[in-house]
Amino acid sequence: MNEQQQLLPLFEVFVRSKRGLDHKHVGSLHAENPEQALEYARDCYTRRSEGVSIWVVKSSDITASQEEDARSFYDPMDDKPYRHAMHYQLPEPVNNM
Amino acid sequence: MTEFSVNDAELEKRFQDRVDDEQKIEPKDWMPEGYRKNLIRQISQHAHSEVIGMQPEGNWISRAPTLRRKMILLAKVQDEGGHGLYLYSAAETLGASREEMVEALHEGRAKYASIFNYPSLTWADIGTIGWLVDGAAIVNQISLQRTSYGPYSRAMIRICKEESFHQRQGYESLIALAHGSAEQKAMAQDALNRWWWPSLMMFGPHDAESAHSGQSMKWKIKRKSNDTLRQDFVDQTVPQADFLGLEIPDPDLKWNEERGHYDFGEIDWEEFQRVISGDGMCNRDRVATHKKAHDDGAWVRDALRAYEAKKANKSEAA
Ligand SMILES: [Fe+2]
Ligand SMILES: [Fe+2]
Repeated sequence: MNEQQQLLPLFEVFVRSKRGLDHKHVGSLHAENPEQALEYARDCYTRRSEGVSIWVVKSSDITASQEEDARSFYDPMDDKPYRHAMHYQLPEPVNNM
Repeated sequence: MTEFSVNDAELEKRFQDRVDDEQKIEPKDWMPEGYRKNLIRQISQHAHSEVIGMQPEGNWISRAPTLRRKMILLAKVQDEGGHGLYLYSAAETLGASREEMVEALHEGRAKYASIFNYPSLTWADIGTIGWLVDGAAIVNQISLQRTSYGPYSRAMIRICKEESFHQRQGYESLIALAHGSAEQKAMAQDALNRWWWPSLMMFGPHDAESAHSGQSMKWKIKRKSNDTLRQDFVDQTVPQADFLGLEIPDPDLKWNEERGHYDFGEIDWEEFQRVISGDGMCNRDRVATHKKAHDDGAWVRDALRAYEAKKANKSEAA
């Protein structure tokens, strides 16, 4: 396969389903540029008014942590139980806070 | 930190434990090579089916009997193109490129649902396809929402949301025919006669003969066996045919009180083999049409690329 037939770049698509909610990852698509990706995303992922706003991001621009690294990445959080509300025992009359 | 000492057997055990525990497998997770291969084969076949499936229905867009039916059919066929995209994207997360998959389709190395190698001869075929072919697809896809591979499962959930419209519009259009004039009803019956058996074939060979089934069930790529899904489909479809006043073309079809299911006749497996291996009525035509559409679109992709290159040059020069 020569250079000319190479794949169009991959974009990840995020859709905000309604005002007040976060954008959520819905899938990916190939497009030549961000503008085209946005139009494709509209046609592919919002055919039934699933969204009020779309983000497209080049997949190669995403830096992600991996689950195998979870231990080194998140370990420090596990030994800080005092960050959780349930760590604190309060007397019954005031326990609804 | 990543543990470098774990061997493949240990990795495979952790993988299977995760699957057994109903956790999803995600793209960057370690997975057995067979699992990856099996998934790429199944998902790309599924994607090809969505896209090739646009042809028998697209055949009737320009001849739909009313504007409403035409708009509905256009929307449905567009959905199927979208389904193809969701599935190709899911397969790409496993390292298969879109080009490779399309090439495999064009070269006849990749299969797709054999049902789309049957011609859509009359308008009644369009309603029947929605009712039976999408109906069968839904039965399969509902079970696949629980498949173990995350991106495949998410694509299935998205697709299932859209499929119910496909089946309902088909059935609604068949009601119009079946409750219409004698000719219209005869046309609906004729369509059912031709599409019934190919619809049952969509679920694939019997469990005992299915090459990939055992392993796919263990890995939870598939969640229900071919024969179970086929039985589900027959059970739900017979009352729908009764409501239309149409007769399912199977003399052996009857309710089995003891099993709590319908018994039905044997599929013509020779025909199934013939069509799946490339010798159905429309195989060559379907692939040739896909190839032509792909080639005809090349200038658009070239133009986009040239425009991007020009923009890049300009901003470099500036
Ligand atoms: Fe579909
Ligand atoms: Fe469909």
